[in-house]
Amino acid sequence: MDAKTAAPQQQSLPLGFVRGEPVIEKPEDLYIPPDALELILESFSGPMDLLLYLIRRQKLEITELPILPITKQYMQYVDMMKELKLELAADYLVMAAMLAEIKSRMLLPRPPAEEDDEIDPRAELVRRLQEYEAIRQGAGYLDELPQAGRDHFVVHAETDAKEFVQQQLPDIALAELAVAFAQALAHAELQHHHQVQREKLSTRERMSRILDMLQNQQRLRFADLFTAAEGKQGVVVSFLAVLELVKEALIDVVQVDAFSEIHISTRGQVYAETTA
Amino acid sequence: MQKQQLKQLLEALLFVAEAPLSVAQLCDYLLEHGRDVSRKQVRETIDELQQDYQERGVQLQRVASGYRFQTRAELGGIIAGLWQEKPPRYSQALLETLALIAYRQPITRGDIEEIRGVSVSSQIMKTLQERGWVKVVGHREVPGRPQLYATTNEFLDYFNLTDLAELPAIPEPPTKATNAETAPKESENAQ
Repeated sequence: MDAKTAAPQQQSLPLGFVRGEPVIEKPEDLYIPPDALELILESFSGPMDLLLYLIRRQKLEITELPILPITKQYMQYVDMMKELKLELAADYLVMAAMLAEIKSRMLLPRPPAEEDDEIDPRAELVRRLQEYEAIRQGAGYLDELPQAGRDHFVVHAETDAKEFVQQQLPDIALAELAVAFAQALAHAELQHHHQVQREKLSTRERMSRILDMLQNQQRLRFADLFTAAEGKQGVVVSFLAVLELVKEALIDVVQVDAFSEIHISTRGQVYAETTA
Repeated sequence: MQKQQLKQLLEALLFVAEAPLSVAQLCDYLLEHGRDVSRKQVRETIDELQQDYQERGVQLQRVASGYRFQTRAELGGIIAGLWQEKPPRYSQALLETLALIAYRQPITRGDIEEIRGVSVSSQIMKTLQERGWVKVVGHREVPGRPQLYATTNEFLDYFNLTDLAELPAIPEPPTKATNAETAPKESENAQ
């Protein structure tokens, strides 16, 4: 660490031990202060995290994924983790095997005729890395959002009102109960007409809501998915959510005859019914 | 009802309520107690209250389930000292799992594992469900019928959001690689 102050001929202290061998020279492509090493290794949340770190450290784009050096470095890290006796999750070894497989496929000469059709062996891993990076970003955003119990505390005034109310329980006549019930019905009716939502609408959220509705009901009328009060935007979001759910094969859209009512149901429901 | 009176009443109601109250809930409550106030009136009065509290240590905040009073976010660090317990710090693994459910819902455990490259810890899923942040909204009709997870209103409340669309945007998921477009450049292979 303090190479500058040490005399040139003096043997510097080993940076660490890998497989029992002292490491005096720091590996060129792998420089981390040794005392920080364990900390860094423990801080990776998984093999994707480590892989992304290795790529980013070389200031490379994920799409450039230089598989040979990255595989080599990845294995060095895995070896170090073994050495430091960190609990090495099997997931890291799965990734090591995947890297090795991609590497070997890239080394194999490809017949020229097939070259055009063949998918780059790295493509799938690149896709996963891109998605993982996006999610990491999302996790960072979540962490930065003001959180209850960390950044803001819900304020709530204590009152003894409840005890007070309980002390004077009034007698309720049947007639009053009937009136109350009529009122409740009226309110329910009122609420029905006043479902106005002004917030921006998220397609993902709508997808979840539709699936949630389908848990309670076997099938939903297509028309029921749309709330007039939400306006054009709401209709569009609902429609997009249905399309997305169909694309992900989570729901079925069924119409018995031309111009008849369209129904949606969870995937598999229809088959169960038709075969029954 | 007079404007001033309505304002006082709403302020008091929101203060003593044990959970956030929505405009609809407030209107229903008022009507039940013989005060017919329109939603517009309630909303406008709450807007005014929010204005009044703008510069105060306590603020009137709108979250997914309604309005609630809460302390200013900037004060969190100091206020947290009042209690013995430290505010929870969530692990990177938990945040990544939560982010996947929030941004890519509805999503299965398998999807989460594929992207994170790690098996989903049952402990994390238990924590998320116990906190009421995620729930099962259905099953994917593939062998094993895996459960589909989505986020809840409690999740939005906790993170001070009124709607999922308020989450800062992240890049859309890349499409499954099937052609040269998504494949890495050939020149990088040499090494």
